[in-house]
Amino acid sequence: MAGVRALGVLSRVTSRRYALFTGGTCRTFSVAPAMLAQTHVSYEVKGDVAVVRINDPNSKVNTLSIQMQKEMAEVMDEVWANDAVKSAVLISSKPGCFIAGADINMIQSCNSADEVTTLSQEGQKMFERIEKSPKPIVAAINGSCLGGGLEFAIACQYRIATKSKKTVLGTPEVMLGLLPGAGGTQRLPKMVGLPSAFDMMLTGRNIRADKAKKMGLVNQLVDPLGPGLKSPEERTIDYLEEVAIEYARGIVNKKIPIRKEKGRMEKIQDYVMSFEFVRNQIYKTVHSKVMKQSKGLYPAPLKIIECVKTGVEQGPVAGYLSESQNFGQLARTSESGALIGLYHGQVACKKNHYGVPQREVKTLAILGAGLMGAGVAQVTVDKGVHTVLKDTTVSGLARGEQQVYKGLNDKTKKRNITSFQRDSILSGLTGQLDYSGFEKVDMVIEAVFEDIHIKHAVLKEVEAVVSPHCIFASNTSALPIKDIAAASKRPDKVIGMHYFSPVDKMQLLEIITTDQTSKDTTASAVAVGLKQGKVIIVVGDGPGFYTTRCLAPMLAEAVRVLQEGVDPKKLDALTTSFGFPVGAATLADEVGIDVAAHVAEDLGKAFGSRFGGGNVEVLKTMVDLGFKGRKSGKGCYIYQPGLKTKEVNPDIGDVLEQFRMTPNPAVSSDSDVQYRLVSRFVNEAVLCLQEGILKNPLEGDIGAVFGLGFPPCLGGPFRFVDSFGADKLVEKMRRFEAVYGNQFTPCQLLLDHAKDSSKKFHK
Amino acid sequence: MSSMLLSTMRGCSVSPSWAVRLGNSSLSESYCLTLLSVQTKSKKTLARPGVKNVVLVEGVRTPFLLSGTTYADLMPHDLARAALQGLLQRTGLPKDAVDYIIYGTVIQEVKTTSILRHNINQRTLGAGFSDKIPAHTVTMACISSNQAMTSGVGLIAAGQCDSIVAGGVEFMSDVPIRHSRKMRKTMLSLSRAKTLGQRLGLIGSIRMAHLSPELPAVAEFSTAETMGHSADRLAAAFGVSRVEQDEFAVRSHTLAKKAQDAGLLQDVISFKVPGRDIVSKDNGIRVSSMEQMGKLKAAFIKPHGTVTAANSSFLTDGASAVLIMSEEKALAMGYKPKAYLRDFVYVSQDPKDQLLLGPTYGTPKVLERAGLTMSDIDVFEFHEAFAGQIMANLKAMDSDWFGQTYLGKKSKVGTPPMEKFNLWGGSLSLGHPFGATGCRLVTTVAHRLQKEGGQYGLLAACAAGGQGHAMVIEAYPQ
Repeated sequence: MAGVRALGVLSRVTSRRYALFTGGTCRTFSVAPAMLAQTHVSYEVKGDVAVVRINDPNSKVNTLSIQMQKEMAEVMDEVWANDAVKSAVLISSKPGCFIAGADINMIQSCNSADEVTTLSQEGQKMFERIEKSPKPIVAAINGSCLGGGLEFAIACQYRIATKSKKTVLGTPEVMLGLLPGAGGTQRLPKMVGLPSAFDMMLTGRNIRADKAKKMGLVNQLVDPLGPGLKSPEERTIDYLEEVAIEYARGIVNKKIPIRKEKGRMEKIQDYVMSFEFVRNQIYKTVHSKVMKQSKGLYPAPLKIIECVKTGVEQGPVAGYLSESQNFGQLARTSESGALIGLYHGQVACKKNHYGVPQREVKTLAILGAGLMGAGVAQVTVDKGVHTVLKDTTVSGLARGEQQVYKGLNDKTKKRNITSFQRDSILSGLTGQLDYSGFEKVDMVIEAVFEDIHIKHAVLKEVEAVVSPHCIFASNTSALPIKDIAAASKRPDKVIGMHYFSPVDKMQLLEIITTDQTSKDTTASAVAVGLKQGKVIIVVGDGPGFYTTRCLAPMLAEAVRVLQEGVDPKKLDALTTSFGFPVGAATLADEVGIDVAAHVAEDLGKAFGSRFGGGNVEVLKTMVDLGFKGRKSGKGCYIYQPGLKTKEVNPDIGDVLEQFRMTPNPAVSSDSDVQYRLVSRFVNEAVLCLQEGILKNPLEGDIGAVFGLGFPPCLGGPFRFVDSFGADKLVEKMRRFEAVYGNQFTPCQLLLDHAKDSSKKFHK
Repeated sequence: MSSMLLSTMRGCSVSPSWAVRLGNSSLSESYCLTLLSVQTKSKKTLARPGVKNVVLVEGVRTPFLLSGTTYADLMPHDLARAALQGLLQRTGLPKDAVDYIIYGTVIQEVKTTSILRHNINQRTLGAGFSDKIPAHTVTMACISSNQAMTSGVGLIAAGQCDSIVAGGVEFMSDVPIRHSRKMRKTMLSLSRAKTLGQRLGLIGSIRMAHLSPELPAVAEFSTAETMGHSADRLAAAFGVSRVEQDEFAVRSHTLAKKAQDAGLLQDVISFKVPGRDIVSKDNGIRVSSMEQMGKLKAAFIKPHGTVTAANSSFLTDGASAVLIMSEEKALAMGYKPKAYLRDFVYVSQDPKDQLLLGPTYGTPKVLERAGLTMSDIDVFEFHEAFAGQIMANLKAMDSDWFGQTYLGKKSKVGTPPMEKFNLWGGSLSLGHPFGATGCRLVTTVAHRLQKEGGQYGLLAACAAGGQGHAMVIEAYPQ
């Protein structure tokens, strides 16, 4: 296999050489021996410019793996040693990727912080050599240039990027609980200034090429080309290379300045930044912002600030040392482990494990133009799928269509799409009140009111008009799919697709299959979900499936906590400080108190006293008073349009007073309240795995984090059990069980893990 | 059924030509060469039974001038009137003998187009046509006057009209600059305001931002990319070098100069510009050395682009007009037609990456429609928007990969031989008034067929929106 690959590389080299011969360009041929061994990095001399090409033969993306780094060092040594070469161009042969970052597995396979620190230092050294290269190196960037890839690029003397949508630059390390460990924390502030550097490194967001040019992150842009004598992708890379070679020569001839003349604003900014107190003020502001958002639960952002500060205030030697040491430490933290686990999980949940569906869904109909229905319509129609949005009333339909328009128009305002694209996307949306044309529909997703009788009626209406291959998906959050399918003539075509609100923001899609759902139906639903850009978990059928079932006991506990006299604000603070992005009281308002009451009652009936805790009547009374949550303007809080701060609903005190419970001081400390909430969530999740609702812990973690906002720093309920210790959790639950009863009885699987500490959900 | 009939007809028409060729084979060597090139046509004529022959009787144009020069103080309808008057003079056409007038323009002058009829009247009545002749304006970007002519061909072929005047005008010395949308909204509300208080309120709401005007740009609606930028990308996509572009531009200017000096540009009429001298020559022709060409900086993609001001067509003022008739009518009125207007096609493709590839798509399509091959064509006239665009089209037509991937052909289309291609200059050198170029192309093909003795000519042009046009013209037997 390797032999074949080497041969392929060789033959490519020879054919290029031949082409150059005929072109009459002079070059040296000392490269051939090195080519034999190198599979990831190759180079070719065009005139006096060495074109260094990166191409990982084993992957769709280039990563800075050990092999890649080794070959890169070898190739660069040759380039530097070759007298005929005056400059170099660094380019990837992959159309959508420059370098996507360091190899995460390489970091994870290290056994100690020191080992990771050494890795970081090696990277630093390599990029230092690149930075100090006597021959200018031009990074020609097409596709993702992230993490280590960006650190490589900014070590080069010049950067040219294609102005393509696929070209994004960024330092996403923080999202993996890490920091840019190969000189990024030191070079970025110098290149784009402190504020922008902090913004990039602390948010980890992707920066598009045109924005990168404005920031000074890249020096020049190249337009992506259309089809010519080759495919657009191939030709664009060739063109980028041609232009980069031109610039490399220009830099050698001093025709092209490496540093841009600074504008007046930049000069002023530099001047302001030269004062220590200004810089200190920035560190302070950034620090407090990070603390406010992360509640101090994430160590990486704080370390990033520390590294930058050390580099700026104490010089590069201290800066680079701080960077590598902190990188080593961060790589060993449980937070980083959790975030990297989520990253892997997310990648796994973006694949269709059910094969290619027999028919592609070209027309999708959505029943019910409410918040959910319109949201699903929006994420479908903008992927080029013809979308039918059906409602029963003109006003409902108009509201739904307006929601889709607004969603797209907001994208236009943010310049993600042009107004032309917005309009052409919208032309793929058909709003209607009847079932005309439904015979052409490949899949129907219903998002009508959560009532089994309405669902049955709708299912029968749909089956009367659609063609035999059409799939019926229900966007229910709690009703078992098999109950819905009971009314169907073809239950193999019935499936659950549980979206999360707001659909265009929430990444998760929970797909629910019954025993009768066919594999092709599942494959088709997953394919549609993936097209909509969702992270997908496929779970078994049952009341509340997985996500709703985990959330319900936690919300029941939250109601009890409220009944015990804890203020909604305090409840929110307790949950957010545990790492939930949204507090429990706010979450109830967002979900809708009526929905919560409905679900609590339904699941209470299905699962009995285990789902007890808070009194359902609390929620029902709130609904009766019109406190339905955000949508009605009042819930636990009062919502006023235009106001960002929200006040506790004063009338809720009376309701809670009515259902007052006396707290037991033994289990009512802040920490106890937090664990009461979390342990019920986690126990129910583990039970779902035990009962086979969940196929594996990975999907359980992804579902909890992306659908319900389980603290990402804990990596999901299963990883939390692994890192916290099942025995410790069981111990806490037993204490709560003594007070409240079976709601806190640990499930068997959890007990098994508590008994045997070697049992882990994640290896 | 009818298509079957047609193909049989086509099959038949080949055999006589074979016979003629065989008969001629005994002729002497030198004659044989020239005759062969005429006799090996796939078809003897493109006339079809049951389809009216449409002929070009005459075509004229005002001199094409760089915008902002001698025409600077005119209005578009002044130029249009000059072209129409010139046509009347040259043909001696009775003023009521025209059934319909169709005129092309791209950037429309607000003042004169606010009321369409008023606009047309400005042009036509002013030129002395009868007020009984209906008229309309058409717009289809750079192929507006092509659309005017083919609309006329359609009216004649359908038996609705017998004689049509078509033409086009573009006036880049003065373009309508609009108030911003906010300002327009305020002004319109102002005209509806009833009380002084309302008026003052509206006037008070005007901010600085309201005052920034909207300039018309030669940019695509769907992509907001300017045409020059797109041309540069197109040239890069096909690997067209800067030198190739400059060479082609020099060729265009050199040939235009030669044609001008030799008096071949007979379609140009003299025009007495009010308040200025008589203009009788195009003024954009400038033969430069390659060295001079090489000095220019890229105009759109800076600094590494290859499209410069010198290898692009320039902003031009000018107007053109043609008289087209059914063959019987022309003969009945005693005219000697210049050429038959035969098959034509309009094509459209991706406005982003294939904006200017209209000729590549249009040429094979119109040839197929006419039942001709590339080698049957004696005269090629392609609209030269940019040298890079022409070179890209030539390379696309020469590429098997492009032919297979994008045109659905088995192999490449084939390129027009350069010795038949734009021999009297083109839009790069003569100028390109958007709405008027189409008529220049048609008239030039007709004149070149007469002069060079060929039988079939082909014109092709690209236009904004990714559109394109191609037409086959057959010489009128002399």
